[in-house]
Amino acid sequence: MDDVTVEVRVGEVLAVVGPSGAGKSSFLRLLNRLDEPTSGTVRLDGIDYRQILPRELRRRVGMVTQIAYLFPGTIADNLRFGPAQQGIEVPAKAIEELLIQVGLAGRAAEDVAHLSGGEAQRVSLARALATVPVVLLLDEPTSALDAEAKDDVEKLILSVVRKNGLTCAIVSHDLAQAARVADRVMVLRKGRIEKIGPTSEVINAEGAFH
Amino acid sequence: MLKELFTSQLALGCAQAVIATLLALAVMMLARQREIHLERETVVALVRGIVQITAVGSILVLLLRGPAWTSIFLLAAMIVAAARISSGRSKGLPKSFQVSLYAIGGGAGSVIALMTWAGAIDPVITSLVPIGSMLIANAMNTNSLVMNRFRSEVESHVGLIETGLALGADSKRTVAPYVQVSLQASLIPAIDSLRSLGIVWIPGLMAGMLLSGASPIYAAVYQFVAISMIFSSSGLTALICSLLIRGSVFSPAEQLTLRPRPVTAQAVERSA
Repeated sequence: MDDVTVEVRVGEVLAVVGPSGAGKSSFLRLLNRLDEPTSGTVRLDGIDYRQILPRELRRRVGMVTQIAYLFPGTIADNLRFGPAQQGIEVPAKAIEELLIQVGLAGRAAEDVAHLSGGEAQRVSLARALATVPVVLLLDEPTSALDAEAKDDVEKLILSVVRKNGLTCAIVSHDLAQAARVADRVMVLRKGRIEKIGPTSEVINAEGAFH
Repeated sequence: MLKELFTSQLALGCAQAVIATLLALAVMMLARQREIHLERETVVALVRGIVQITAVGSILVLLLRGPAWTSIFLLAAMIVAAARISSGRSKGLPKSFQVSLYAIGGGAGSVIALMTWAGAIDPVITSLVPIGSMLIANAMNTNSLVMNRFRSEVESHVGLIETGLALGADSKRTVAPYVQVSLQASLIPAIDSLRSLGIVWIPGLMAGMLLSGASPIYAAVYQFVAISMIFSSSGLTALICSLLIRGSVFSPAEQLTLRPRPVTAQAVERSA
């Protein structure tokens, strides 16, 4: 990444698009400090994120990846993982409320080994929400799903993000998806910003660049 | 057969070494037929092994006549060499030499010191060096197994480990299951040695004691002592290694620094 300066407002959804190797995922990994910037920094609520403990930062900046990496065990075990790191025990009622949000009501005790790709991604989203983040990073969250599951998960993500007032950065290679979900679009190419602006000014509804 | 052909002990030893080497080379050729290429590593290891053991044998002839305290320097040198060899098995793993040095030194060193103090190892150079080297060598093998397995486990589970980190987990906790697996796997040889003692395996130490005229019961009991010491030093080494290694793959900002090694086209071709 080089010379990338961007401000994302509270509650805004920023789509990050661009060709393979443009640095989209790298950009996201810098935001929750899974990778370290060699220069420059990231500010969360105006505070340099190096002044925040990495664990605390990551609790506040949730992430959903392309492949849903679920821990062996039940759905509830996965949802309890994040809060347990801060010593918080999540009651069964709160687990159920999270599962209702992602359309998996009544399935807390189910083993994650038996879930479909779409269901696993829903659990991954609920797990990210369980730590009550203020920012949500989505790294191509639907690209590994079939067409039907892709539509469902995309609608779900959008409703969850809007309902919880989350600030969101979503990486997508699908311009039509970016047009559907984002307030603004940032186009990356070779690690640099090629274009950034309101979605309607960068891409049209069919998902083509203006 | 060889004994009839060679009257001098040195000539007999050389002939035995040639036959043992031919056998090892035959195994290497069999592996080669299966597209497993061990040629360079085997030849280097064989040459290195014979040169090292002959050189050490010659030096020992002189050293074994020296005072007991010289064995401390010999054993310390062996620990450093073992750490170097073991860390070479874990390329890509950060701080592998330091981890190996502390683990082998702490594991084998403390067992040697404790058992010498307790009287289970005679405080003479002729006892300390051979028994100490046996403990250090086994600790080295265990250390290599822990590190090698740990690296493979981490490389295979990068996604899950980073998911844990992204959910705010303590970095050491995200690799805890893989530390556990590595620890258990590394102790299999030491545990199997204890379990099979006397049934499958009558080790060299006991055979040597019998040949030198010791009571068979004492030789057997002392062999058990030696194998128990090996288990203790290996176990302690594995524990120290696993404690140190879990933090070594993360940066101070709890970022996973160990990445899967790229698989080359040649490697894919060979495995196919």
